[in-house]
Amino acid sequence: MNRSRILGGVGLALLLAAPFAGFGTYPLHLAIMALLWGFIYTSWSIMGRLGMVSFGHGAFLGIGAYGSVLFWNTAGVSPWIGAVGAIVLTLALAVLIGWPCFRFRIVGHYFALVTLALSEVVRLVIVAMRDQTGGSLGITPKSALVDGATVSVGALQFSNKLVWFYIVVACWLAALWVWRWVDRSMDRLALEAISEEEDAAASIGIDVSRTKLKVTMLSAAMTCIGGVLYAQYQLYVNPETVSGIGISLQMVFGAIAGGMFVMLGPTVGAVFLLALSETLRIAVGNTIHGLDLLIYGALLVLFIIYLPKGILGTLLARLER
Amino acid sequence: MSDFFDIFLLEAVINGLLLGGLLALLALGLNLIFGVIDVVWICYAEMMMIGMYTIWWLHVEQGWPLLAAFAAGIATLAVLGAALHQFIIRPVLAAEPINQLLVTGGVLFFLQAVATVAFGVEFRNLGVRLPTFAIGEMNLSLARLIAFAVALAAIGATWLFLSRSYMGTAIRAISQDRAIMPLMGVDPGRIYLTTSAIGGGLAGLAACLLVLQYDIHPAIGLSFGPITFLICVMGGLGNLIGGFLAAFVFAQFIAVGGFMFQLEWGYVIAFVFFIATMFWKPEGLFAKRR
Repeated sequence: MNRSRILGGVGLALLLAAPFAGFGTYPLHLAIMALLWGFIYTSWSIMGRLGMVSFGHGAFLGIGAYGSVLFWNTAGVSPWIGAVGAIVLTLALAVLIGWPCFRFRIVGHYFALVTLALSEVVRLVIVAMRDQTGGSLGITPKSALVDGATVSVGALQFSNKLVWFYIVVACWLAALWVWRWVDRSMDRLALEAISEEEDAAASIGIDVSRTKLKVTMLSAAMTCIGGVLYAQYQLYVNPETVSGIGISLQMVFGAIAGGMFVMLGPTVGAVFLLALSETLRIAVGNTIHGLDLLIYGALLVLFIIYLPKGILGTLLARLER
Repeated sequence: MSDFFDIFLLEAVINGLLLGGLLALLALGLNLIFGVIDVVWICYAEMMMIGMYTIWWLHVEQGWPLLAAFAAGIATLAVLGAALHQFIIRPVLAAEPINQLLVTGGVLFFLQAVATVAFGVEFRNLGVRLPTFAIGEMNLSLARLIAFAVALAAIGATWLFLSRSYMGTAIRAISQDRAIMPLMGVDPGRIYLTTSAIGGGLAGLAACLLVLQYDIHPAIGLSFGPITFLICVMGGLGNLIGGFLAAFVFAQFIAVGGFMFQLEWGYVIAFVFFIATMFWKPEGLFAKRR
């Protein structure tokens, strides 16, 4: 047992016990949101840190969120099955975009721009299918909690925040485990070689496109699950909050702000962005529409200029010295 | 009934052609900056949005004559482009490419928020309505025709500037070999600034042409940004001619697709076409093989 493992165990125990400290529902809600976004940013980083910078993960988040809600509302299919459908759709889309991109060396700026457009196209599809999706107004899953019930496992609806807390913790831990698993796999070494020098990697027998596609599908599917969780927890989704350029860039910001090269970096980024937006929301309020976004944008720009490695990345680099 | 349909289809095709000129102008600015500085301004269409607001504010609120407001709009964006480079791009030039992209993404949020704070989310328009005229049963708008002609003229002028002037030659040279130019006594910093100002100015010109046709709101950049990126990628980033041709292809998809279905579907069809093209001609539709 080394020190970091003990530290991790104690941290996890504290996290699991935290809801019983009696902080109230608002801090619990914040914790759920931080872990949920931590899960999503970690999912993004699994491919982002290996040189595949996607600016279009909003597409996968949107498919997850709308997929489960639409299956439930229009066909009465349980979100569990809806989630599977959404994941299948996400994987198909990831292959459709990823395969030509990787096969034909669309990397770097090109890849970022293509994926950025993808997320916007998914947003437009959601808006255009307004008869089913409610368009820009968003949609609410039909409530399954009738007659004072607080839990409906089949409909994946829980009015008790505690249940959500543990669901989100479980998913977040799973994402960290996936991160570690990718980190220790041969694919990571292959991908690091690829992101350094693609031709050289190919010349030593690495199947560049296949390796990239595998990690992309993994990352996309996890982001899709994040979308399902978001929709079921918030019980409301609209095209702007789960797809399109805004949310896609926010994922990249979150991961970079925390530090996308360290395991807990994206989670730190999620906590940071949430704290920032909540502080701005409370301090600035709605008195001047858009002022919070203005400060947010300015801070992000400064952040990238002055702290390019992210919060946790910079801290760890300091500690090592 | 069927030839009635055809005449509207023809109208959509012509409108697509006219839109193509505008998209080509936007793609030219973005391509020029990428070709020279190797940075993509994700916020390019949002800068154009700021230009539209500037023109609207000067003309409607301050009572400037329209042409003066146009000139001021172009000048404002040229300065904004230079400032963007000087204060935001320059510090991250040596950083990872992703940080360069991302920092302009931050500027995108910032500019949208600036417009929201300053002007609110209401739709604004110039109140200038240029006449439409009929050819046969088609109605064509004068604003679109003017936009098309001016966009083409501006593209031609930029082309002449790049091929004939000393500065233009330096700009083309540095886009071919970034490392060697400083050794030849050219100050790359100055060339980057000039290019950024020209790029900003082109966005300003696009703003002048768009403000005659569209209502202004803080999110209008999103209607033009992603499609401009696709055009640039399809034409080959930094490839000015490829971008020019790709703009007309995409404009047709938006105009005809939007006419047959809904505007949103026009964009979706354009994107599907884009993906299909990558399978079929991965080096970009018009790019030269490297």
